[in-house]
Amino acid sequence: MNSIGEACNDLKKEYDDCFNSWFSDHFLRGRTNDSLCAPLFKVYQDCVKKAMKQQNIDFEEVKKDLLETPHEKKPQGKS
Amino acid sequence: MRFFESSNIFNYSWEQVVQGFWRRYPNPNSNHVLSEDTVIREVQAGKLISKRLLSKTNNIPNWAKRFINTTYVYIVEESIVDAKNKILVTYTRNLGFTKVMSVTEKVIYKQSDENPMKTVATRYAWIDSQVRGFSKAICAFGYDRFKKNAHKMVGGFNFVLQNMYPNQQVIPTAHTNIKTANKLKDAAKNASELAKSRAAPIYASLHPNQS
Repeated sequence: MNSIGEACNDLKKEYDDCFNSWFSDHFLRGRTNDSLCAPLFKVYQDCVKKAMKQQNIDFEEVKKDLLETPHEKKPQGKS
Repeated sequence: MRFFESSNIFNYSWEQVVQGFWRRYPNPNSNHVLSEDTVIREVQAGKLISKRLLSKTNNIPNWAKRFINTTYVYIVEESIVDAKNKILVTYTRNLGFTKVMSVTEKVIYKQSDENPMKTVATRYAWIDSQVRGFSKAICAFGYDRFKKNAHKMVGGFNFVLQNMYPNQQVIPTAHTNIKTANKLKDAAKNASELAKSRAAPIYASLHPNQS
């Protein structure tokens, strides 16, 4: 899958590969230390944030928490 | 506001489904998805918190173009993976144009109570519009489109899972003792999911340029 920024595609692929193996081999086995892919995530993030800015996407709006907050929508008929 | 609710069963373990979740694009049903980026990722109290930004082509009928004059839309997908309790929750919303039409979807992926090799996905969606005089029509359109796409999404996800786990025995056991109406319903759903997952590769081979 492509990144929103063409310049970020390679960084994204490297990070995604790292993440997918960390998720399978560490996280799902109860090892939650996530420092393994952190350096790759950082450079990929810097690139994506730049691309988002260029495309006028509001990062504050993107990173807003809704899930498991009082702002989350509730199914009808259930509270 | 229109509310949508449905559920489906994946013939894969919860662990398989969550691993597939991160890789579900591209698939033969996701040609409208243009990009996918992880913008937030952290572990909090043992749970994995992520936010992904997706961009998609905005395929709308001509009459709706007077309200939304853009070729693509951005989607934010929040998710929480709780590996201890085997629950993945996703919460997806469109970014911008929310007054015209907002579509929010929540999906809960849980290990099936009856079979640990199956995963139940429960999907809720809220379609809303604030356009005076048109909100009803827009909601009706959004609801129908969502319903169709939800179907396609499950098919696409099954296609990805089948590629990741080609040796998986996906044939439901024929001799399970089905007692309740609910179980019968699940079984019917199972069969239809199975048929769909079988159909996806056929679709892909017929449309090689789109896969």
